Amino acid sequence: MAVTTVSSADPPATRRSPGRAARRGHRGHPLAGFLFVVPFMVLFIAMILVPLGYAAYLSLFESKLIGGTSFVGLKNFAEALTDPAFLGGVGRMALFLVIQVPIMLGIALFLALAIDSGRTRAARSARLLAFMPYAVPGVVATLMWGYLYGPDFGPITQAFEALGLQPPDLLGESSILGSMMNIVTWEYVGYNMIIMYAALRAIPTELYEAAAIDGASRIRIALSIKIPAIKPAIMLTVIFSVIGTFQLFNEPALLDAIAPVVITNGFTPNFYAYNVAFVNQDVNYAAAIAFLLGLVIAIMSYVVQLSSQRAERKVRR
Amino acid sequence: MTATMSAGGTASAAGLHKPRPSRHRRGRDRSAPLSIIVWALALYFLLPLVWLAIASTKNTGDLFSTFGFWFGDSFALWDNIQSVFGYKDGIFGRWALNTLLYAGVSAVGASFLATMAGYGFAKYRFFGSNAMFSIVLGAIMIPLTALALPTYLLFSSAGLTNTVWAIIVPSLVSPFGVFLMRVYAADSVPDSLLEAARVDGAGELRTFFQVAFRLMVPGFITVLLFALVATWNNYFLPLIMLNSSDLYPLTVGLAQMQSAGTSGGGGEVLFSTVITGSFISIVPLIVAFLFLQRYWQSGLSAGSVKG
Repeated sequence: MAVTTVSSADPPATRRSPGRAARRGHRGHPLAGFLFVVPFMVLFIAMILVPLGYAAYLSLFESKLIGGTSFVGLKNFAEALTDPAFLGGVGRMALFLVIQVPIMLGIALFLALAIDSGRTRAARSARLLAFMPYAVPGVVATLMWGYLYGPDFGPITQAFEALGLQPPDLLGESSILGSMMNIVTWEYVGYNMIIMYAALRAIPTELYEAAAIDGASRIRIALSIKIPAIKPAIMLTVIFSVIGTFQLFNEPALLDAIAPVVITNGFTPNFYAYNVAFVNQDVNYAAAIAFLLGLVIAIMSYVVQLSSQRAERKVRR
Repeated sequence: MTATMSAGGTASAAGLHKPRPSRHRRGRDRSAPLSIIVWALALYFLLPLVWLAIASTKNTGDLFSTFGFWFGDSFALWDNIQSVFGYKDGIFGRWALNTLLYAGVSAVGASFLATMAGYGFAKYRFFGSNAMFSIVLGAIMIPLTALALPTYLLFSSAGLTNTVWAIIVPSLVSPFGVFLMRVYAADSVPDSLLEAARVDGAGELRTFFQVAFRLMVPGFITVLLFALVATWNNYFLPLIMLNSSDLYPLTVGLAQMQSAGTSGGGGEVLFSTVITGSFISIVPLIVAFLFLQRYWQSGLSAGSVKG
């Protein structure tokens, strides 16, 4: 739904070049513009639209060892919507969304505000350190945290044992989701922080200097001037997080090797789609799951967008 | 909002990031509690990487017997590096080269295509341009991994899986890159300059390469970095597309090494080898990040402030 935000941001950019229509005669040939866009569009169609169409097509069929492939309409979708493994994965990701995403974005916003305020020592280095995990591939981050959590030589276990305490089982059934949330938080706080920080830097200082002269506290300035001013950037991070959460794959796939019992093959919807396609070899059903997953994400992003617009309207009233 | 947007947009477009004078003045009143919290968080981000660096200097014995955040009795980094590159007749080096190839070609290609398309959308009006741009924008919402499976099915029906192209071609498409470059082109390339070039008789292509592209280089680099990280870190797509380990990138190779080690594959893979391999694989990207970090911010402010 960046679509709506973007188009609302578009008019000012157009307005900035007055007399555009009058100069149209001097503009480049329309065909040239088309040719600039064509290479990308060809690949875009071939790599995004065609696969989507093909998956939609496949999802309407069923193949059996005996009887071959037959058209079954929406049966795969109906099956997925009552499949406890798929629904369990979606539920787990919904939990992720309401717990991990607010924590991650809260830390990111706090760091962005703290570093932008100029009241933190060595803020530049802190910013770089927070951003560094984004450079670490998800695979390596998960491997690394898997060792850190692990009972063999994980420093967390070591520390507990050194103090004579019972080390926590971070890879157990009740804790694995929390451990995964920590990995994702570690990976993406910095990325979200940079988006928010870049937006904060773009706020004209006059906007809050006047408030400071009027005696507004720094916290008050942050809450009622800075945060509202970077709302589009915050919304962008929320929507990116919704998309990211529902397509979690690396973390369950890699933790599966060290905690095979607790990572079920439907732990996340995407991991489930993978297992259905490659372990169960049921391509048609996997296509339906991938499609439904995309739909869930689109709906969630839309709900987020809509609720933020509604909240904004309320504030304006 | 309009004021904010144009301020952010033009400042970043011109690549100007002068520190605001007022920040210097306010720089003097540091807050100790704030600094402590920020640095505690910074440590949270740093410590796991420190552990990884220290662990890659230990042999397997030390790994188990000594404390994680301090060095072991022996300094085995060189031995570990040797065993990483010696693993299965040096396949790790092969994976590294594959990663470099996939990430390099995809990133350069994707950002070039995005720059051209962004420029085309920003500076020309042609039949269907608005409709096309709307579809591209909508595609930003499509989750990449949810798309990987359909892409695999398509490639598989065309018999193109397990090739270099199965990784590179899907990675060439970056809808977010097109969006970013359209915003960037609109801000950084003045129409008057293009007109002047045309009046001087330069063709459209020449105008693009010799005038417009130069102005868009900072945006180009931002998209390049995004695409580079995305391909370098990609795991799902190569995992499903590739069968032969000769074609694996580092991510898939490392994951395979780890699972071979934990599933008790005859103790062939030692923990220290996986750990050192992981450490080696992140060093280049972290170095690139530290050197190119200002592009992240400038590019993102163009994208996020407007988005």
